[in-house]
This record gives sequence, structure tokens and C-alpha cells, in this order.
Amino acid sequence: MSQATLRVQKMSGHAGSVPGQDAQREYTVCKLIDTTTCIGCKACEVACMEWNDLPFGETVFDNTYQTMPETRWNYWNLILFDEHEKEDGSLMWLMRKNQCMHCADPGCLAACPADGAIVQYTNGIVDFQQANCIGCGYCITGCPFDIPKMNPKTNRVFKCTLCADRVSESLEPACIKSCPTGCLHFGSKEDMLDIAQKRAKQLRDDYNFPQAGVYDPAGVGGTGVVYVLHDATKPELYGGLPSNPTIPWSVKLWKGPLKWLGNVAMVGGLLGLVVHYLRFGPKEREETIKEPHEGAEP
Amino acid sequence: MTNGWVDIKNTDMMLIMGGNPAENHPCGFKWAIEAKRTRSAKLISVDPRFTRTSAVADLFCQIRAGTDIAFLGGVINYAIENNRIAKDYIINYTNAAFVVDGGFKLPADTDGVFSGFDAEKHNYDRASWNYSGGKQAPAAATSAGQPAAPPPLPPLPEKVEYDLTLQNPNCVFQLLKKHYSRYTPEMIERITGISKEQFIKAADMYTSIRKDGDMKKAGTIIYAVGWTQHSFGTQIIRTAAMLQLLLGNVGRAGGGVNALRGHSNIQGATDMAGLFDTLPGYLKVPTPADGSFDAWMKRATPTSSKPAPWESFNYWGNTPKFTVSFMKTMYGDAATKQNEWAYDYLPKVDRDYSWVNLWNNMYNGLIKGIFAFGMNGVAIGPDSKKNIDALKKTEFLVVGEIYPDETSEFWRSPGISQEEMKQIQTTVYRLPCAGFAEKDGSFTNSARWLLWKNAAVPTPGDCRLDQAVVAQIFLRVRALYKKDGGKFPDPILKLTWNYTDPNNPSLAEVLKELNGKALADLEDPATKTQIKAGQQLPGFAWLKDDGTTACGNWIYSGSFTEAGNQTARRDPSDPSNMGVHPGWGWSWPANRRVLYNRASCDVDGKPWDATRRQVWWNEGTQKWVGNDVPDFKADSNPKDHMGPFIMNPEGVGRIFAPLSAFADGPFPEYYEPFESPIQNPFHPERTHNPVVTELKTADDKYGTVKDFPVVCTTFRLTEHYHYWTKNNPMNVQLVPEPFIEMGAEMANDMGIRGGEKVKVSSARGEYIAKAMVTKRIKPMMIDGKKTYQIGIPFHWGYRGIAEDEGKTARMLVNALTPTIVDPNAHTPEFKGFLVKVEKV
Repeated sequence: MSQATLRVQKMSGHAGSVPGQDAQREYTVCKLIDTTTCIGCKACEVACMEWNDLPFGETVFDNTYQTMPETRWNYWNLILFDEHEKEDGSLMWLMRKNQCMHCADPGCLAACPADGAIVQYTNGIVDFQQANCIGCGYCITGCPFDIPKMNPKTNRVFKCTLCADRVSESLEPACIKSCPTGCLHFGSKEDMLDIAQKRAKQLRDDYNFPQAGVYDPAGVGGTGVVYVLHDATKPELYGGLPSNPTIPWSVKLWKGPLKWLGNVAMVGGLLGLVVHYLRFGPKEREETIKEPHEGAEP
Repeated sequence: MTNGWVDIKNTDMMLIMGGNPAENHPCGFKWAIEAKRTRSAKLISVDPRFTRTSAVADLFCQIRAGTDIAFLGGVINYAIENNRIAKDYIINYTNAAFVVDGGFKLPADTDGVFSGFDAEKHNYDRASWNYSGGKQAPAAATSAGQPAAPPPLPPLPEKVEYDLTLQNPNCVFQLLKKHYSRYTPEMIERITGISKEQFIKAADMYTSIRKDGDMKKAGTIIYAVGWTQHSFGTQIIRTAAMLQLLLGNVGRAGGGVNALRGHSNIQGATDMAGLFDTLPGYLKVPTPADGSFDAWMKRATPTSSKPAPWESFNYWGNTPKFTVSFMKTMYGDAATKQNEWAYDYLPKVDRDYSWVNLWNNMYNGLIKGIFAFGMNGVAIGPDSKKNIDALKKTEFLVVGEIYPDETSEFWRSPGISQEEMKQIQTTVYRLPCAGFAEKDGSFTNSARWLLWKNAAVPTPGDCRLDQAVVAQIFLRVRALYKKDGGKFPDPILKLTWNYTDPNNPSLAEVLKELNGKALADLEDPATKTQIKAGQQLPGFAWLKDDGTTACGNWIYSGSFTEAGNQTARRDPSDPSNMGVHPGWGWSWPANRRVLYNRASCDVDGKPWDATRRQVWWNEGTQKWVGNDVPDFKADSNPKDHMGPFIMNPEGVGRIFAPLSAFADGPFPEYYEPFESPIQNPFHPERTHNPVVTELKTADDKYGTVKDFPVVCTTFRLTEHYHYWTKNNPMNVQLVPEPFIEMGAEMANDMGIRGGEKVKVSSARGEYIAKAMVTKRIKPMMIDGKKTYQIGIPFHWGYRGIAEDEGKTARMLVNALTPTIVDPNAHTPEFKGFLVKVEKV
């Protein structure tokens, strides 16, 4: 998704500095999800589909109120429902809106080898540019939240854009707009953290949630989506939200200390290619049969 | 609602019971969340299932469906025992101090019924359900020889005996205390399945707002059809109202008794006489026994009944003004004083024409045809098979809809063979009508706010607006009467029909008609304000009983004035920050947001809570003023002690509901649902509501716990709307197919895993769907016996996306539900009937 009015601050697979970097200060935007006031109504799911023109898909009954087991390449916003029995025997029905967390230090972007396929705007939004995507799926491995999903027909990867197109026009994301209870908020990271901390304090002081707190994990540099949780010590209860998400070691090594190894491998590969050409000559082209067009896909 | 959606943000405490607003009213529920966020308000959810409302509650109690009176009666008992009552409020604003007739007896003393019960006829002689105040002769029988005339009841005494110390053993407060002293936590546990400890927690939390009688805080009770749909539904709501009076919560911001209506305009439907026994604005219908306009008015117009030194506004005393103005709207110049305002033109209601009886009469071949608009008849009533059998016997069926629905295709419902289909002679006319976004008009929401909407898109193809269809039918019937005459053509020929386009009346014109206009030049003697003939009226205070005003619905008077369509106003400002928003739409009556708001002040006219000021007495101007429109006589000095409940002849709230107010008792007593797993622990010989009777057709069957041991209730989901959204791919994606919600322990006992098919059967029919196995429903100990409870969402049927693709079972949940109704509101008992569950 190309956004002329959004400026890029980080770029995947790109040597040198990002064009126009630091030309102007911007707020880091943030979505606040207060799971303690979410009623699982799924208005955000519908709004996401409608705004992003995502097609209807088939679902099957799976012994849950949850629309589908996990997000799809064409279903970016999914409320996860979990029944949790507390030690005192009372029940909690936890509902967490799951989508891209827009990490400050995005694992997907770190893992992506394609020039400009994943960008992070100066406002913090992490966005996929499908035109530049090579379909390698490394971003899927790189994400500690299991968010990016590949369209198997086009081999392109998709996820929540934080409605970058709306935000660039000073509108809040579609999910925020649709939320009836106000459990979703949108604004600067600073403001969202302030609201979140105050709410967590209220939950600790006035309600029976001594462990209430804010989820903004440091392992990925903080996130552009923060949660208020009844029990911040156990984020896993909420549909397996990782308590300390980090970029996988394989990605860190590959893009960090072992990058030289890749370069060596690349040079080695090129050398091999030259040797192969010298030894066997050029490949002879076969007639390829084009697959029938399967309809427009985003 | 006595209060309104936005007002919920002012509350300190919510009891949500018989309703699931987080799922069924998610937009309105924002105000409950707002109260939690801004006031740290507490929320108690009492429900047969742990719902999405329970998920954001501070306390959850799993209740056996249909045992709400036991729970609420227990809370009343707890409040009295622990001095958590609003003493000044109940003495001055309720009938707590009124002394009741010595002949009145409570069920504890009369084998589980109140005094006056006739076991043969299953009804009560309610003469003893009266206040003490000197005997008066029964009102004279109005018209001798007419059928269906009940024996006349004595009137309420003009001067009621009372005891402000509340010590008289026969005063309402002492009777209340005695009656509910039986509702102990132990008894609640036996009946409801809620443990003693959990019940006490809930009772303690709710009544904590009135700790030591302090009046600052307010609590609200929020409910929906989980309360109404019982064979004693009206009495559940009565119990809630009594509890709210006892706690001094009625008339207060953040308080009240708040019904959440299940459709966008169901409040409007009842306001406009969607019920058979009212005319618009809740005027009583005439009956054959009345015989004349004056006799009708004499019966329908109450006279005040109160302690001698107090005052009572008795606003229903204005009934003749509202009624004459209604008749002038209906028949214009044809309604004159000489012809008793065309009294003869009005149909007289001679029997029960409620939903269940209509379908019963259809089943018995007494109804030739039916017009079904804006509802899916076979799906929404109890006992679908009976409804389908009833339609088979009609000559014609006209359905105005936007989808092919179950009603218009009753003839090919599951189980009907090709051969049988050929036998069905009903002619079905399916008229393509308009969806909500294709119509303009007003919605009246649960908060009584009328909100105008514009049509968003034109109707597609040949679709017509409902009013155009109805108008065409009327005009053609009228033309036939004009041409051929008839037995009594006047009511048809003389009906007012002055719309710019008679074939397609504009709804704005209809609203103007409802608001009313002056038919002659009028002047208010006090202010000298004048209104010219033909002008729209500013409100119902102008209505006259001499034929100089016309008004289609007195409570809507003020909605479309000379200043324009008030319901279309969209000023969001809220100067008091109390959620009043006086310029947003328009609410009846007179744009008041909180009813009975005089009760938000103490006897001297000062607000109970200075931080939530609604109205107050201004000594300087000698007037009631405030942030809301005072629901009171504007110049009534507090010294005169006029009661805040101006619609009651007593002027005060009714903890004891005298005489004909209810068919089944002046206090609510706990009775079991008609199909129940136990005998009533209070009086085993009187298990059910004694005035409820079963229907007798071949299709009406009732089960017992021996064959049907599981308690079942029906419910709605956020993701679907009634029987509509199964036609919308988005909703189908969110929840693709029907299911049966059952507890994990029950499923485990039966060897059922989530997603496996189960069959639920009742005495009437069966329903097959996949099991949703959940921790959210637990087994209950009911009167010492382990009892299971299940819930079934009702949104599916035999027409829809998944249904048409053959992906679901194509069944209606109401195939299971019994035809048994509440004796006051005639609402069927959809919640809390008996079934058995089997693995398929």
C-alpha cells in the first residue's frame, strides 16, 4: 500500500539512509486496546473488512464465539475468545482484539530481504508494500505475534496496515471508529500509555484486579498497539499473547552478526553460476503455459 | 426505560438481569462502560449463562431461568433486614405507609395464593386488594346484559388510611416485610441454584448504595425480554420496580427501571398501540360493556386516592382530553359532541386479541387471512409447528418483506411432504417492501427518544414503502364501501386521510398528525399565549375535551410543533453534563429524559445528591426548574406534599399494586415456570402462577421433568439480528450456523464433544444443531437435585444463505417453546421450559 503523504523511516533490504529521513518530527501513533472493556462484539472485525474491501470468506463452527482460528491474509482483525477459570473458581471470558502490533522494532521488517517490501513510517506504522514483495515468507518467520499471512494464490503477504490510508488523512483506523464501548483508543503513543496506565491503576484500586497492567513489550522495542490487561503478569491467557516477544534468533543472526555469511554465500553462489555457465553454456528456454487468471486479488 | 441510555453513565451500580446488553445492545452498552470508567461503577450480571455482559461484570450469578422473582424478593428481604432502604423516600414517595384493607391475605396465609382466588375459574376477585379508607359501594355496573363484563370492583378510597411510622401491621411496608421475610438466602439457593454465599454477595453489593440509608448514590436495574418472556414476566418487573422504590432509586439520575427494547422501534410500536388493549398513548380501549363514550371515560379516568393532607396530580385525570383529541384526529368533523365523538366508529375489544390467541384462533379456523408486515410470524411465536399448522388453515396470507422468509414459505417448511403441500390451499401474496435504510420516519428508542432518520437509498425495483402498501389497501376498501355500501360504512368513509399523496402518505405528515393541532383559536388563561386554528400544538398541556384540539397520540404531542420536526434535531450539546442533551431528538413526555424526576429531590425540593442535580424547587420563582424538564406540576410548592408519581392516582409509587392493576397479585409471589424441574418450595401444591391456563388444541403439549429433565432458554447473539441476517454474508461469516450451548460437565456426562450434533426435544418438537461446549454454564443444585441448563440462540430457520445451501439443519428454535402466556402482558414463556438432550 503506497502512501504519498506518509514518510518512510526504516526500509527493508535497503543500503544507506532512508530518503527524507528526519526532515520533520512526527508523533508515533498508537492504538490502545482495553481488554477489560471489550465486549467481543466484532464491530472492529466488520469495520476492518469493509474499509479494506476484503472479501467474505467461509467459516466453520468450531465450538467458540471466535470467528476463525487465526487471522487470515484477508482477515486482519480478529477477536480471540478465551474462557479462563480463576483459582477461586470464578470464570473470566477474555476477549482480545488481535492484529498487527506495529512493533517499534519489527521482526518482519528485519527478516525481509526484498528492497522496500516492508516499511516503517515515521509515525511508527509498519506497512507491507506488496508490489515489492517477493513472496519468500521470511516476514512470517520474523513476526513473534504470528500475524503476516500469505495469499497462496498470489504469494503475497498481507496484514493490518493500521489503516495507514486513513491515518495519513487524519482519520482514526476503521476499527477504532467502529468500537461501541470505547475500549479502543487511538492517538500518540505517549497519550495512549497515559490513558492505559490510568485505567490499569483504576482496575488495581477500584476493581478486584491487583495485577492489572499495560502490555507494551520491550523485546520488540515497544509496540504501536498496547493493551490494558486484567492480569499483565499472564498475557498468555489472552489467546497466547507472548509475555516477552522478541525477534527470532535466526532473523537476528541473519540480519546481524551473520550477514557477512550471507554475503559470502551470495558471492559463492554467483561464482558457482559463472562456473556453471562456463561449463554448460546458457539454458534453453521451454514454452511455459500460463495459468488461467484467477480473478483480481488485492 | 424510566431513565435512558445516556443516563446510565450517571450510575454507581448496575444490576443487569433478564438482559444481555453487551451482546444485544452493544451501542447502548457504551454508557454502562462509561459509568465503570468514569465513576468506577459496579456491575452485577445475573443470567442463566455467563454472557459477554457477564464478561465485563464485577459479579456474576448463574441463575436458573425463570427464578428471578425469588432472587429479587431475596434482595428486598436483604435490604429491609440490613437497613439499606430509603426511609424518607418510601414514607413520602411510595404507598409504604398506606394501610391495606383488613380482608387482604398474603400467600403465606392462604395456601400459596392471595385472598380472593377462585380455583374453578383460575382468577381472583380482587376486591380485598385495596387500601383501607372507609368502605365505598362498588361502582355501578355500566351496561347490563353485555357479555365479558367483569364484576365491578370497588373504587380506591378517596382518603386513604395511613401510618407514617410504618408500624401498623397492615400497612404496605409491614405486609411487604412479612411477605418477603420468607425469601431467605437458603430458599434462594434451593430455587435459583445460586449459592447462599454468592447470593449474599450480590445482595450486599447492590444494596451497598443505600448503606445506612445514605441517599447520595444511585443504582439502576436493566432488563430485557429475559424478564418479560415468562408466565409471570410482569411480576418480575414489578419486583424490580418495588426494589427500586424501596432503595429510592426511581426518578434519580443513574437509577430507574430500565427496559431495553429488542428492536429499533419497538418502543414506538407500543406507544402507537401495537397492543390490542390500548389506543395510542396507552389510552384504554373501549369494550362492549362500556356502551357510551361517557361510560368509557368514567371507567378509564381515575380519581385521586391519597392520605387526606397530601396532594395528587393524578395526570390520567386528563384522559377525556387525550381521548377526544384522538377521536378528532381519527374522524375530524365527523366526531362531534352530539355523536359522542364518533364513539360508535371505534372497534370495541370484546376478548383477548393478543398474539397467542390470534394464532390459536387461526389454528381453530376462526381467522380467514393474515397480513404479516415487519415480522416473521411462524418464527417468532412459540410452538412453530402450531403456527405453521395455523397458517395452513387460512385462505390467504399477505407478507410484506425484503427477504423470502419462513412465514411466506410456511408451506414448504421441513417435514411437509410433496403430497401434503398440494393439500395446502392458502394463497400467499409476497409483497416486496422496503428495508430500514430505504425508509424515512422516526425511531422511538428504549429511552423514549424519537429520532428522525432520512432514507439512505431508494427502494430497489418494484419494492414499495409499507405505508404505501397499507394506504392502497385502505383506499381500495374505502372505494368498495363507497360503491357498494355496507353494514356500517361510516368508520371507513369518515376516517381522516388528508395526506398530500393519499396513495403514499409522507411519514412527516403522519408525525404532524400525531403531534396534533388546534382546531379553533386557543388561549392559555394563565400566560395569555395564543394558538391560531390550524397551528401545530406545542404540547399535550393544550389538549381539550371540547373538540377544539386534535392529537393522534398525546404522549407524542410536542414532537412536531410550529418550530418544525423536533425529532430531527441534532444538537449534541449537554450543558449539565448529565447526559440530558435536550436538543438531540425529542423524548416523550414533553422532552423529559428521566421520568418522575421530582423524586430526585428530598421533600423540601433539594436534590438528594448535589453533584447530580436534575430538577429542584426554586424558592425565588416558586417554580420547579432544572437541567431536565421537571416531570411535575411546575408550581406545586413542596409544602403541599404533592406526590412525584403523577401518573398514579395516589401520587406515590406503588409498592402494593391495588385492585385491577395486576391479574395475579398486588405483590409478586414466586411461582415456577409452567414447565419446571421442581415443585414450588414455598407451596408445593401451588407450583405455577395460579391464574395461568394452558391452551387445549392438539398441538399444545406440555412436558414434565420425568421426560424432559433439562432447563432450556433461548437467546440472541451480537453477530445476528433476529431472523434477518442469515441472509447477509457478513453476519453468516461471523457466526455461520446454529448451535446449542451446554456446560462442559453436562457434555462430559453425556459423552458429547464440542462440534458434535445433538438433538434437543421438548413436548412440542425437536431441534438439531452442533454443541457449543463451554465452561460458561455450570450444573446447578436445584432443591437438592443436580440440574442442567442449556441455551439456544434462535437466529436460524429454513430460509437463508447457509440454509439454502443445505449447510444447516433448517429448523426453528421455537419448535421447542410452549404456548403459555403471562396473564397481564400476554407474552409467551420463551425462557425456562423443559427439554431433553441426546447425542445424534
